[in-house]
Order: sequence, then structure tokens, then C-alpha cells
Amino acid sequence: MGLKTVEEIKAAIEAAVPGAGVEIVPNPSVSAQHSLRLKPETAVAVATFLRGDAELAFDFLSNATGVDWLDKEVAEKVKVMRWVNREVDGVKELVEETVEETQKRIVPGYLEAVYHLFSITKGHGPVVIRMRTANRTDQMQLPSLTPVWRSAEFQEREIFDLFGIVFTGHPDLRRILMWDEFKDHPMRRDYVEPDDFEYEPTAHDEVLKRALEHAARVAAQTGAGQEGAGA
Amino acid sequence: MDDGLKIELGKQGVFVTTIEELYNWGRRSSIWPMQFGLACCAIEMIATTMARYDLARFGAEVFRPSPRQADLMIVSGTVTKKMAPQVVRLYNQMAEPRYVIAMGACAISGGPFKQGYNVLKGIDRYIPVDVHIPGCPPRPEALLHAFITLQKKIDGQHLTGPDRPRFLDAEAQGEFPVPVQGEHDLEPASNPGVWPVAITIR
Repeated sequence: MGLKTVEEIKAAIEAAVPGAGVEIVPNPSVSAQHSLRLKPETAVAVATFLRGDAELAFDFLSNATGVDWLDKEVAEKVKVMRWVNREVDGVKELVEETVEETQKRIVPGYLEAVYHLFSITKGHGPVVIRMRTANRTDQMQLPSLTPVWRSAEFQEREIFDLFGIVFTGHPDLRRILMWDEFKDHPMRRDYVEPDDFEYEPTAHDEVLKRALEHAARVAAQTGAGQEGAGA
Repeated sequence: MDDGLKIELGKQGVFVTTIEELYNWGRRSSIWPMQFGLACCAIEMIATTMARYDLARFGAEVFRPSPRQADLMIVSGTVTKKMAPQVVRLYNQMAEPRYVIAMGACAISGGPFKQGYNVLKGIDRYIPVDVHIPGCPPRPEALLHAFITLQKKIDGQHLTGPDRPRFLDAEAQGEFPVPVQGEHDLEPASNPGVWPVAITIR
């Protein structure tokens, strides 16, 4: 296969676009399909290079999709210096000592747009590029890659619709699947579905959970002892 | 008139009928379905109209592309919440007498997408359905069966009396409210006039 490795593509980008700031996101699975994370500021310039470069020639964007990463709590062990009372040779004294301590911190969540590139002329691919938003509440802008690959137009609209990423520079950014008056983004992990659960004969897993939640809500509203959700 | 007497008279070359029978015979023999499909069930509907199954044998080969000219709405496929208001609006635009066949698991209940956030759990929440056909998708024979069932239903209708059909009842409501696409869901979630069924959780 003639395709360069992700590392080589990264080097080529950095040679062509100064200050591109491309990062490799490793994929630890067997496929080892590492991806390139672009900075939103330089993404359009990098994308134009990837499409136009004679050797890479990524002329076809086959897929664009979104990923929602929630805030996550990370527990890590940190070495901390501390004064400890200790008896040394029968004499009590304060001794400085390093202790291992678990600290928890919250890594803020973000939304991610993922693009899969192929080259029709060279017959190689895919190369995966990603962009991440600053957070998932109010700074959800990413540059649109539709001016570079026209096939991104509907797919970016879908990401906007279902995840809420706002693509600046998109020629026609409207909802594509849900109606215009719709307020939510259904593919977000914290999306709350309308409470329209109905009897399900073979409820299991997620549906069983929803059935029980719904039964509890109905019981709380009516005050009467409703039967539990059927399993 | 007694059926036996009618047959005897027929043997003597005297044809006796009633206005009601003639009227129902005329209506059931030339039902014009509306030409629209929503999902994969529509492919079976198309197959039903073609030479092999030949819906024309039952007088329903004229699919009209306008609701104004159609008598029968075959809801053939998944009704998404985005599409539901348009389906109700099309039904409102059809002239009476009009009939609805809900074709397939999705149209009658939401089918495999019932627990999804974006699919209506059956079109009978907003418009009255005459015949439901289960199946995913139903075979053309099932659609033919639904069609024959509908013809039987039309044959049994009385033109006068309290059980007369809606289009002969000046008091009956002919317009069905179109649901509004709200911020989170369709509003209202069902039309209590046609969907009085209380949803029980068991």
C-alpha cells in the first residue's frame, strides 16, 4: 500500500501548513487506525492541503460523524510530601515523607466531529481526522469542511441536528432529520426522551429500565399503587 | 327483502336490489388509492399493483397522486414524527367517503422503532383506521386481504340510521386536528377523538 503512515502525514502537514498543530490520537485496538486531531483554527487549511497534495490527494470524504464525550472523573495517584509524626530511636520527631494519595479531578467533556477520507485517484485510505469543541454547553463551534469536500454538507447538517455542533462557514446549516422547532440533540448522551413509553411484551435491558422508570413516574403521579412494569 | 326471495326472483329473470346495495357496490368496486409510500411497505404496495398480484382485479388500480381524487389512504410504512403532521393533513384533504389501511408493523404500532424518540407509535393516534395489516412488511396477499376486508366493510354500511358512515352524518367531525411539531415531541401526543384507548402499563 502506498499510503503514508499517520506519522508521515502529520509531518507532511506540518511542513506545508506552519503552526498546524496536528496531534495523533492513538487507537489502541488491533486495527491501530490512528487518527489526526486538527486544531479548529487551522483545520480548513490542513483539509485543503490533504485534498490538494499530489501524493496524498484525499479527494473523497466518505463519512462524517459526531461523538459526544461527557465530563469524566479521573482518579489518579499523586505523590505528596507530608510531615508525619514518627518515633526514631525512641525520640518523637516530625519527619518529611512522601505519601501516595488518590486525587480526583473532572476532565471536561467535549463534542467531536470525525471525518473519514479516501483518495479515489490514488486508491488509498481511509485516513481519520477529528476536531474537538471547547466544551459541550456553549462553545460548540467548529469550522465546516464543506467548502473543501462538498459531500460533507448533509453529514455536517446531521451532526448539527443530532449532536449540536455548530459548523461555521457551512453554506446551509439547518436541521436535516428533526423538525426546525425541535430543541434537543437526540444523539447526545444526556438526551432525555419524551416520556411516551408504552407496554412492551418482552422488555429487557434499556427498555426494561425505561419501563420501570415510567411505571414509577405513573405511580407517583396517580398516587395509586400501579403494578410494576412487566418483564 | 328476503335473500331467498331475491334469488328466486333472479332465477325468473327479475333483478331486485336496493339503493344501498347499488351505492355500496359502486363505491367498493372503484376505490382509488392515494399514490404515496412512506417506507419499505410501499415496495410491497407497488408489487401488489403490478401484473403478478394485480390489484386491478378489485377495481383499485387507479392510484391518484392527489388527495383530492383519492378514496383510500394506504399508510405504507414508518410514520416518523416529522412526517405525521403531513399524513394527517393529506387525510384531511381527501374527500369523503375516505378510508385508511394501516399497512405493516410500523404504521399500526411503530413496529421495531416503537421505543425510538422519532417514530409515531401508530397512525391511528391521529386518524381513524379502517383496516390494520400486521407484517414487516406484509406480503401483497395480505394487502389484498386488507382490501377485500375493506370492501366487505363498505358493503355492510347502512346509508341511514345511527350507524351510518361519517360522510352521511352532517354532525360528524370530518376534519382531524393536525399535530404541531413542538420543542420536544408532537403536541398533542394523540387525538382523543380517535384514540380513546387508555395506555395501561402492565
